[in-house]
Amino acid sequence: MSDMTVAKGMNQRRPAKRKAVSLANRLSPYAFVGPAIIVLFIALIIPLGYMIYGSMLDWTASQSIEEADFIGLKNYTDLWNDPRFMKSVSVTLRFAFIVVVVELIVGVGLALLLDRDIKGMTFLRTMFILPMMIAPVVVGLMWRFMYHPSDGTFNRFLEKIGLPSVDWLGEHALMSVIIADIWQWTPFIFILALAALQSLPRSTLEAARIDGASPWQQIIYIKLPLMMPVLIVTALLRLIDAFKVLEVILVLTDGGPGQETQILSHRINETMTEVRHLGEAAAMANYLLILLMALTLGMLGFNRWQENRTARIRAAAEEDV
Amino acid sequence: MPQIRLEGLVKRYGAVQVLHDIDLEMADNEFTVLVGPSGCGKSTTLRMIAGLEDVSDGEIYVDDVPVSHLEPKDRDLAMVFQDYALYPHMDVAQNISFALRLAKRPKTEIDKKVREVAEMVGLTDFLGRKPGALSGGQRQRVAMARALAKDSGIFLFDEPLSNLDAKLRGQMRAELAMMSQRVEKNMIYVTHDQIEAMTLADRIVVMHGGYIQQQGAPEDLFKRPANKFVAGFLGMPPMNFLNCEIEARGSDTFVIGDGFALRLQGEIAKKAAGHTNKDLSLGVRPSDLLFAESAKPEDSLTLDVKVSEYIGAQSVLLCACGSASVTVEVNSETPMALGETLVFEVNPARVHLFDRTSEIAL
Repeated sequence: MSDMTVAKGMNQRRPAKRKAVSLANRLSPYAFVGPAIIVLFIALIIPLGYMIYGSMLDWTASQSIEEADFIGLKNYTDLWNDPRFMKSVSVTLRFAFIVVVVELIVGVGLALLLDRDIKGMTFLRTMFILPMMIAPVVVGLMWRFMYHPSDGTFNRFLEKIGLPSVDWLGEHALMSVIIADIWQWTPFIFILALAALQSLPRSTLEAARIDGASPWQQIIYIKLPLMMPVLIVTALLRLIDAFKVLEVILVLTDGGPGQETQILSHRINETMTEVRHLGEAAAMANYLLILLMALTLGMLGFNRWQENRTARIRAAAEEDV
Repeated sequence: MPQIRLEGLVKRYGAVQVLHDIDLEMADNEFTVLVGPSGCGKSTTLRMIAGLEDVSDGEIYVDDVPVSHLEPKDRDLAMVFQDYALYPHMDVAQNISFALRLAKRPKTEIDKKVREVAEMVGLTDFLGRKPGALSGGQRQRVAMARALAKDSGIFLFDEPLSNLDAKLRGQMRAELAMMSQRVEKNMIYVTHDQIEAMTLADRIVVMHGGYIQQQGAPEDLFKRPANKFVAGFLGMPPMNFLNCEIEARGSDTFVIGDGFALRLQGEIAKKAAGHTNKDLSLGVRPSDLLFAESAKPEDSLTLDVKVSEYIGAQSVLLCACGSASVTVEVNSETPMALGETLVFEVNPARVHLFDRTSEIAL
């Protein structure tokens, strides 16, 4: 109360100066984030607007953007009837779905297996996460050598044990690409799953042991349900990443043979650099963006839902102590 | 009910031995409390009985069958944990019935059991709630109900009340005492709180440094502590210890120390008679010192009152006796002032003497 009277008194004496100070105070946060906003605007908002505008033009690489004709949403509707685009959408969906499911199963399985104190575990864990640290282009090159039809590691091994060689990057290209991705990204899920496992309350698991749960029952009834929130977020993160994958496929198969491994980002790249139809490429990129946005919003929404739920439950608990 | 017997139980972590040759036998239907300061090995002992901790040496017998190689689930026991250890993703009914569902009991039987134990601990209205939506006291009850539903003969408690606030703890302690009279089980209860131990136990096992110090009925341990540790651990405020020696004066035996010369009477005088010229400790509980101005000097301690802690009906006086300090429990109405020198009569039947090196009672 006394503070307020003092403030009022000062206000009356020097109203102009006080107002200026408080205005500066209120504006200072904006001054601090200003540079970041400018960078964001130049590097993100403008290109994005440009891309959206470009996607509505009949625009080839030989034209400057001013020369292109405005055709509205024609690029978008055309794509629906383009079998090559639809094929790459289907490849992308198949690729993303399979890698995420397999990576989840293998990653979580490994985490469950390695969540114990045995000698050399730290070393083993470091080994497991190594693939994740290698640059995607290097991963692509590595696997290309290993998949080589006559000199590759795999076929030479198969030959040695008397089995017929496999046409890795031809007949089984999609599978080969999927294997490489699984090799690289399973560690990501492994690390997060292991962290989730190790933060589970120990006594809860001990209680389950006393209640008669076998190791399998502990996993199914206690560990997996308690890890679920982390696993859902992990799966969504991986899904978003899998939709955007390009480098490994570019190096391994360049989308081929035919269109067998042509995921969406590869198709976009090709439409722009080889077909040289910039408008259509931009429209495709926007489709991908919409898909990823939906996934990201879904993830954020899930997070918020979970936080709200926890907060609500806590509030309810505190009410009837 | 199954009979538990520990024989030469040893626990080592690497080169460190934390439990030394624990021998313990529990009678049927007995409420046994393992009590001691933290790090004394009481929780480790309990966790070994439960099967959550490996046995380094020795054996645990249940009905004379060695069980230390068995999984927890094969030992016919239920346990209540300090942090309750509820399953956060299951509601109260599912928490209570988890063991029964794993055992594939018929659904009607499970429902009946859940209702029965929920009523017993007063949770009937909360069966549909998740643990996150319960208060601390309610969670504690769920943990209790879950253990009760298992119908096992052995009931283990690992400091079950220490996460509750003081008021709730007192209330739950009373409920536990009532429950232990109603259900026929062998209960083993671990706590560091000597009040819980005294109020709940049929038999107290005092542990310290990985050894059992003494075991017996609460009253026995309180009145006849086997050593200085037990004497000092049980009772609040704790027993006073004063360095002393024994001296024979005529036909009487005196215990002499800095600022006092006390005549021993009865049994303790006979015991002390042979211990002249030895370093001893005199143990007197704060409640065994009686404010009595006219008491004879040889039956009393003369103390300088330094601090008075008023706690309601009683006050605790921190006094000086020579260079040692002595606490006294007095009625708050006792007329006295700080800095005064007062005379307190010593209850002659409640005097304890300990060897100062071995700390064992005479």
